[in-house]
Amino acid sequence: MKPSRFEYVLPRSIEEAVAARVEYADTVVLSGGQSLVPTLNFRLSNPEAVIDLRLVPGLADVRVDGDWIHVGGRTRQRDLELDDAVHAANPLIRETLHHVAHPVIRNRGTVGGSIAHADPSAELPCLLLCLDGEVVAHGPGGARTIDAQDLFEFILSTTLEPDEILTEVRFPVLPERTGWCFTEFARRHGDFALAGVAATLTLAEDGTIAWGQLAACGVTTTPVRLVAVEDALLDGAADPSRIREIAQLAADVVTVPDDESCSSAYRRDLLVGLVERALRTSLQRATERATARTSREVTS
Amino acid sequence: MTSSTYRSPVNDDPTLDISLVVNGRPVEASVSPRLLLSDFLRHHLGLTGTHVGCEHGVCGACTVHIDGRAARSCLTLAVQLDGATVRTVEDLEGPDGSLSPVQEAFRDCHGLQCGFCTPGFLMSVTALLDEDPDVADASDTEIRERIAGNLCRCTGYQGIVAATRQAAETIRDAKEQADVPTRG
Amino acid sequence: MSRREAEQPEQADNAPPMVHTGARVRRNEDPRLLRGQGRYVDDIPLEGCVHGAFLRSTIARGRIVALDTTDAERVPGVLAVYTCDNIGGLDREMPLLIPHPCITHGRTQRPLARDDVYYVGQAIAFVVAVDRYVAEDAVSRISVDIEPLPVEVDMERAVEDGAPLVHPDVPGNIAASLVQHCGDADAAFERAEHHTKIRVQVDRSTGAPMECLATAARWDPVSGELVVWDGTQAPIGLRGALSSLFDLDEDKVRVIAPDVGGGFGPKIHFPYANEVLVPLAAMQLGRPVKYIEDRSENFVHMSHERTQIHEIELAATKDGEVIGLRDVFLHDTGSFIPYGIAVAQVASTAIAGPYRIPNIEVEFRCVYTPTVPVTPYRGCGRPQANFALERAMDQLAEELGIDRFEIRRRNLIADDEFPYKREGLIFADGLPVTYDSGQYGAALALLEKELDLPAFRAEQERARAEGRWLGLGLSFYVEGTGLGPYEGGRVRIHPITGKVYVNTGLTTQGQGHATSMAQLVADQLGVAVDDVIVVEGDTGVYDWGVATFASRAMVVSGSAIHKAAVKARERVLEIAANMLEVDPADIELKDGAAGVRGTATTIPLAAIATVSNPLRYAFNDAAQIATQFAPASKGDGPPLQGDSRPGIETEQFYSPPHATWAYGVHAAIVEVDPVSYDLQVKRYVIVHDCGKMINPMIVEGQIAGGVASGMGGAFYEKLEYEANGNLRNASFMEFLMPYATEVPHMEMHHLETPTPLNPIGAKGAGEAGTIPVAAVIASGIQDALAPEGIGPLWHVPLNPSVLHDAVREARSR
Repeated sequence: MKPSRFEYVLPRSIEEAVAARVEYADTVVLSGGQSLVPTLNFRLSNPEAVIDLRLVPGLADVRVDGDWIHVGGRTRQRDLELDDAVHAANPLIRETLHHVAHPVIRNRGTVGGSIAHADPSAELPCLLLCLDGEVVAHGPGGARTIDAQDLFEFILSTTLEPDEILTEVRFPVLPERTGWCFTEFARRHGDFALAGVAATLTLAEDGTIAWGQLAACGVTTTPVRLVAVEDALLDGAADPSRIREIAQLAADVVTVPDDESCSSAYRRDLLVGLVERALRTSLQRATERATARTSREVTS
Repeated sequence: MTSSTYRSPVNDDPTLDISLVVNGRPVEASVSPRLLLSDFLRHHLGLTGTHVGCEHGVCGACTVHIDGRAARSCLTLAVQLDGATVRTVEDLEGPDGSLSPVQEAFRDCHGLQCGFCTPGFLMSVTALLDEDPDVADASDTEIRERIAGNLCRCTGYQGIVAATRQAAETIRDAKEQADVPTRG
Repeated sequence: MSRREAEQPEQADNAPPMVHTGARVRRNEDPRLLRGQGRYVDDIPLEGCVHGAFLRSTIARGRIVALDTTDAERVPGVLAVYTCDNIGGLDREMPLLIPHPCITHGRTQRPLARDDVYYVGQAIAFVVAVDRYVAEDAVSRISVDIEPLPVEVDMERAVEDGAPLVHPDVPGNIAASLVQHCGDADAAFERAEHHTKIRVQVDRSTGAPMECLATAARWDPVSGELVVWDGTQAPIGLRGALSSLFDLDEDKVRVIAPDVGGGFGPKIHFPYANEVLVPLAAMQLGRPVKYIEDRSENFVHMSHERTQIHEIELAATKDGEVIGLRDVFLHDTGSFIPYGIAVAQVASTAIAGPYRIPNIEVEFRCVYTPTVPVTPYRGCGRPQANFALERAMDQLAEELGIDRFEIRRRNLIADDEFPYKREGLIFADGLPVTYDSGQYGAALALLEKELDLPAFRAEQERARAEGRWLGLGLSFYVEGTGLGPYEGGRVRIHPITGKVYVNTGLTTQGQGHATSMAQLVADQLGVAVDDVIVVEGDTGVYDWGVATFASRAMVVSGSAIHKAAVKARERVLEIAANMLEVDPADIELKDGAAGVRGTATTIPLAAIATVSNPLRYAFNDAAQIATQFAPASKGDGPPLQGDSRPGIETEQFYSPPHATWAYGVHAAIVEVDPVSYDLQVKRYVIVHDCGKMINPMIVEGQIAGGVASGMGGAFYEKLEYEANGNLRNASFMEFLMPYATEVPHMEMHHLETPTPLNPIGAKGAGEAGTIPVAAVIASGIQDALAPEGIGPLWHVPLNPSVLHDAVREARSR
């Protein structure tokens, strides 16, 4: 389990990095290496060149700016997790990161790396999709922004072009009166999930459910929005007593076929159970936040 | 401190020069880009205390500290470490050769048997306690979650959980001791 | 921990006090391992060493139609590429290590495949290059064309007529079959009032030691000596094999098992391909050679174990007394049977467990499948047999409406029935099964007390009222440990330092021999435990003995070392008595010295050892008293009288009359999550009896590690072969070896019923923890999900999906 030979490219700018993408026939981008290096060690990937982003400036910057949290693609997952400003702006991010592998992996693994790797079981792509985030990709023609919903194509496959590099990930700040939850089930602590759910739930002024955003991982070839559940939550149609019933609507997104240790029926029921748990937690947190805000307003 | 220079590896891969600090010593080396940090430490620097158990990042036997944080040396290329600081199990003991609180606790609590996973556990637990001394008060379940990420086939983890708690207590007690102002 | 003792083994009148034996002594081996100074095979520095890698088959069963190594040979840095055509006399079937008359069609593999491949992972070619990176480059440039042949990986279908054959000349894929009888099962079934029959299955797993296989070799053309460092449990056996295969004198082959990163059984098997090809390459190339197996290879190369399918039937009275047992099982031996029937034989003889059951008929067939060969892994057939028996006992209890604890109580062998023989069942040591001692009833009673059953039952009632799935599972087990044929122990007191060196023919892979064996010796000689240095695993140091397996190290080597230490003590006392001119009975050995009781007079052990060795040269102060002209010398007759020997060095052997049977009973309180169907073990309680514990800390470590493996086998770890013979989950990503989060905290309680079979009263402890876990967990989950009316859980490992589907099925009925 040793990598095969490759050219090592160490660009000093994003332009140089993109140029290397173009120059070599078959390249991979080394960001944190926590997904890439295993594939090199197994020789599942035998690229002509490895482009290491570590000297490209600005790729590890994190800032909260208005409605958006800007996260450099090479930001370590652990740094994002520990960032208090980010946590204040959107607590779903830290909660999700707690489920990503183990701290030792998050110490090196990067936010952009995980999203570009696009493992359908991974948590960060699911988070991005749930929040309607977006990514910035640099290519020979410059930068472009890709909405999360247009990014994930198939297992380990995105709409990034072979000569593009993901440089930034943007997560929206969590809106007011909104609760959140990430929950998943993995066979072992820290493993990829058999199913996972990211959710936000926003209340109307009157405390009824206005809308929810949900995405799931581990259940199909990409992270997937739970549209049927979201539709049922819209515009006050959802009563807390109906959460169990609404969660059932998630089941149909499951396409992972039966395998020896996980039947498709199980995965569907698991997803439904996780959606229910995510909705209940989100609702409770949304209510707490709304109440806290109201009481703050009253006292001031 | 004198810097050590390591010659290029035996194969005819093109090499790159890197300089880094390993266990407090500056190191200059020429390495093949594909050389894993685990192999660099073990075979080039002779630091064989870092063990290789899976080479896909699951078992944690190869855990070292990179720039102060625990990391898998099997998932890191040596060339990525240019300018970095690396610490391995060989650097845990005190300047007088005494075992560190974590090492001592592993011995007291029978936290090791064959010893192969042990360096990885020691590095993970040391990093954990550096970050969070409150582990001493954590529940058994919390400690297990904090040390998940390293595999052991021998101990059933019972001794490792106990050792983690003992080390956390020792470190915290030492800190409290140090914090007590001395009376004149 | 609680601890209860039965009577101590008889002590001689002048026996020393047991200060260290039985104490929780910290380990001698730890400081080195904690500092990263362990020396595993890949850590051995060998100047000019080159590295090996294998080309392995990606086809389960096939014919090699073309194999071309030309491109690989041209890769810069490659020194040699071996195939079956250029390895000379090694191109032969490797030995069948443990023959048995019932093996009618024994087949073993060649180091490198010739013509045919038999499993995914089988070695086809071996490349040696300047480093492992280049060796792997070259492997990828070997061109091989394998024509696939039909395969059947399902063992039950593999024995049917017309199934594809693994070996064309082995009809029905049956390697061996054996029927054993104890008492008269037919008559028992005839007169029984109740029959219970179930089918159970245990799936395939692997030992997964943290260090994979590893071999290094150096050939010295000057001395003609081959030195091999190998991560093995059996260096003496491997030396025998290498000596025969290479036609070298034993004294010219030295096999060293340095630090070994876990064994768990698979490393008892030898020779693996690397164990013969690395020495060959070292001899041919004149350079040291290393092969360090990687994890992806380990899954498809190192032996597997576990797949068995049992049909077990109990014949009982209405009161639940089991009077007869029939068990027919299939044992998957993989593509070859190099270790004989050991696993199946151990399973078959453990089948009646701790119960009286006087009438037994047990039959097995060992089946070839096109998969990695099977040899023992921690438990060696016992986890399977125990799962069959204990699930059947639960089923019988259910059918008869008897409590699970009560039905066991009614059938346990009573204390006064020992030794309890099962005439007709021949254990893996070739001797009839004879349980030597135990307090089975007391163990069960202690477990019930520690569990606080009434409290649990109340809690379970509350939980069920809330719709929670809470249950309790239990399983008894027995383990025949400490098999022969023998081991030796040598004790030597160093004349300069007074340190005590101890040798035996075993190896250690973490069991703490350097401490527990030292404790035995320290007590006899009155020295500190860390002044006793145990050296093992090196045929150049000691080469009488067998190997580390079958939970036998303390029983067999420990007994031999103890006997040698007793002799050394006698010799020390005799010399000290002469020197001090007192009666030996007045001397006590303490703090590394001999002293006269009630006085301050002492002589250091080093001085005694020096005096015992007549000297010509006074190389230090102590030596002066031992020279020919010193006052201590008698001056009449030769310095060594009669057939005496110089120094204090004793050697003794211990050969057990038969295996000694440890036992225990485990219980778990478990809860199943209603959303994920995940398992949460809320309490795991163990009552364990391995006779006299030399170091309870080490015993508990062995049990805990065993239970962790057992948890793997119960709920996590399964090697999944696809229908085409490919191993689907050959990585730690997908083979779910538990982290700390998947292993429960264990509460341990000990009984200490000494065995009468050896002088230290000890029974083995290495495998015990693993054996009952699958039955405990299945029994607990079955109880938890009982309100749902689910079907029986007779197939492990279980997983959340299986539990979900069982509940769903029950609800849809």
